[in-house]
Amino acid sequence: MQLGFLVDLHLCMGCKGCEIACKVENEVPLSTWRLRVKYVDVGTFPETKRTFTPLRCNHCENAPCVRICPVSALHYIDNGIVNIDKERCIGCAGCVMACPYGAIYIDPETQTADKCTYCAHRIASSMMPACVVACPVEANIFGDLEDPKSNISKYIQSHTDVQVRKPEKGTNPHHFYVGASQVHLNPLASKREEGYNLFNKITKLPLGGHH
Amino acid sequence: MVHETLAATNAVVTLDVALPDVFWGWFVTMNMWAKSIGTGLIFMLFLLLRKNSSDMSGLRTPAIIVSFVMMNVFLLFTLADLHQPFRMWHIFFYPHWTSAITVGAWMATVFVGLEFVMVAMMIRKDKCLLTNNAIASFDKLLFWVTLLAIPVTLYTAGIMAEATARELWQMPTESVQMILAATLSGSAAIILLGGSKLSEESQRFFGAILGLSALMAFVIYMSEYIFGAMKSEEVAVILGYVKGNGEYATMFWIGQWVAYILPMVLVALSRTSGSASILKLAAILAIVGLWIVKHVWLVIPQLLPLS
Ligand code: SF4
Ligand code: SF4
Repeated sequence: MQLGFLVDLHLCMGCKGCEIACKVENEVPLSTWRLRVKYVDVGTFPETKRTFTPLRCNHCENAPCVRICPVSALHYIDNGIVNIDKERCIGCAGCVMACPYGAIYIDPETQTADKCTYCAHRIASSMMPACVVACPVEANIFGDLEDPKSNISKYIQSHTDVQVRKPEKGTNPHHFYVGASQVHLNPLASKREEGYNLFNKITKLPLGGHH
Repeated sequence: MVHETLAATNAVVTLDVALPDVFWGWFVTMNMWAKSIGTGLIFMLFLLLRKNSSDMSGLRTPAIIVSFVMMNVFLLFTLADLHQPFRMWHIFFYPHWTSAITVGAWMATVFVGLEFVMVAMMIRKDKCLLTNNAIASFDKLLFWVTLLAIPVTLYTAGIMAEATARELWQMPTESVQMILAATLSGSAAIILLGGSKLSEESQRFFGAILGLSALMAFVIYMSEYIFGAMKSEEVAVILGYVKGNGEYATMFWIGQWVAYILPMVLVALSRTSGSASILKLAAILAIVGLWIVKHVWLVIPQLLPLS
């Protein structure tokens, strides 16, 4: 079994339901996110539109975070999920430096690394990840990539524009997007202007004294 | 920062609560800097033993003690940089051998253990008057410690290579830079420690190592600075932080001047004038400048938004 995610960006309307459901389900502390929805505005006023991209851990087949973790706190489980053992983590932040997608954060409450686990604890009880359940338009499709009859496999078979983030990194993500443009997937394809962000003054919880 | 944006799309990020920025800060700079001096001194001591062993007599004890202290500074900052320092023992009980962090931690621990034995030998020698035996054993052990110093110097480059998100740190280049940092700071440290105890010939020898290390490291940085952007868009954006009005441009150039350009000039001057003081000034600048250079190169790739 190889679990994977696909987000159909034609459907996503940026409601952030998945983001909130994830926060609640996994008790993700303030100022950190396992899953977040990025907004990029495209065009020149009045011809503008807003794009939405949910971003989470890609559960890479060749995961740099797993490779660099000195104590195997980050590890694969049988269903292909890249999981984290917070009791094992020493907080070296090697994984934060290795993940090309910025998917890992240091939890300010436990001072250990954390990230999306595809809700491994829910899956163990045969439930869907919290974000999948919360999405009002079923933009998140989750399932077994090794089963050709699963919804996700069928979706991949029936669409031609299935993409992953940063394929050049050789990580082989198990997280796909349909309907994505460069603006959705490439962080260097859009401007970041001071003062034009909807959340300009984010309060960050302290992570220790040396940052 | 923007690299691929098109006027046609005029794409602007209006909401992205990206995760906090610089995770490896000056504690990691201290780690790399102290380790360079620690292993560099061992390389220089070994070269001195091979080249001019008569100059070793007053240098074994101070050089091994300074190297040992610097390696402990390196370990201390490594530990302090962990968010869970009291779990450091996990590296020894749950080691994950694909990680350069694990391999490095084990090698550095053995290295510091061997250095401790060498320090003890030198101290014991004074007390027990076992001069000949202790020195012979010290010199023998120095060979093995020098061999171990090579991977201990290099493993940080391995960690940087495994940091897949930071495109700027490329493996062959970082390995060479790590070795050059060790030869630069090691030769500088032995020039300062040796002082008048070093013969004129040895001073010129270590001066040459200092000058050549500075030259090669500078050439590599300039190559990256000029050509790096032509192969990778991420590198192009990262180098933007040290070019023009970039956030770290001033610090980058201060580092290049203090660590490399001025020491090169001063080494050349000391050779023509025969002045030991000029050589010492070059050594001090190289050691101070190395910290700045390492810090800039550590921080800039962390400024790049990844999502
Ligand atoms: S997206 Fe990042 S955190 Fe997730 S598996 Fe890949 S490298 Fe690891
Ligand atoms: S911070 Fe924790 S999970 Fe990440 S590499 Fe270090 S020990 Fe592993």
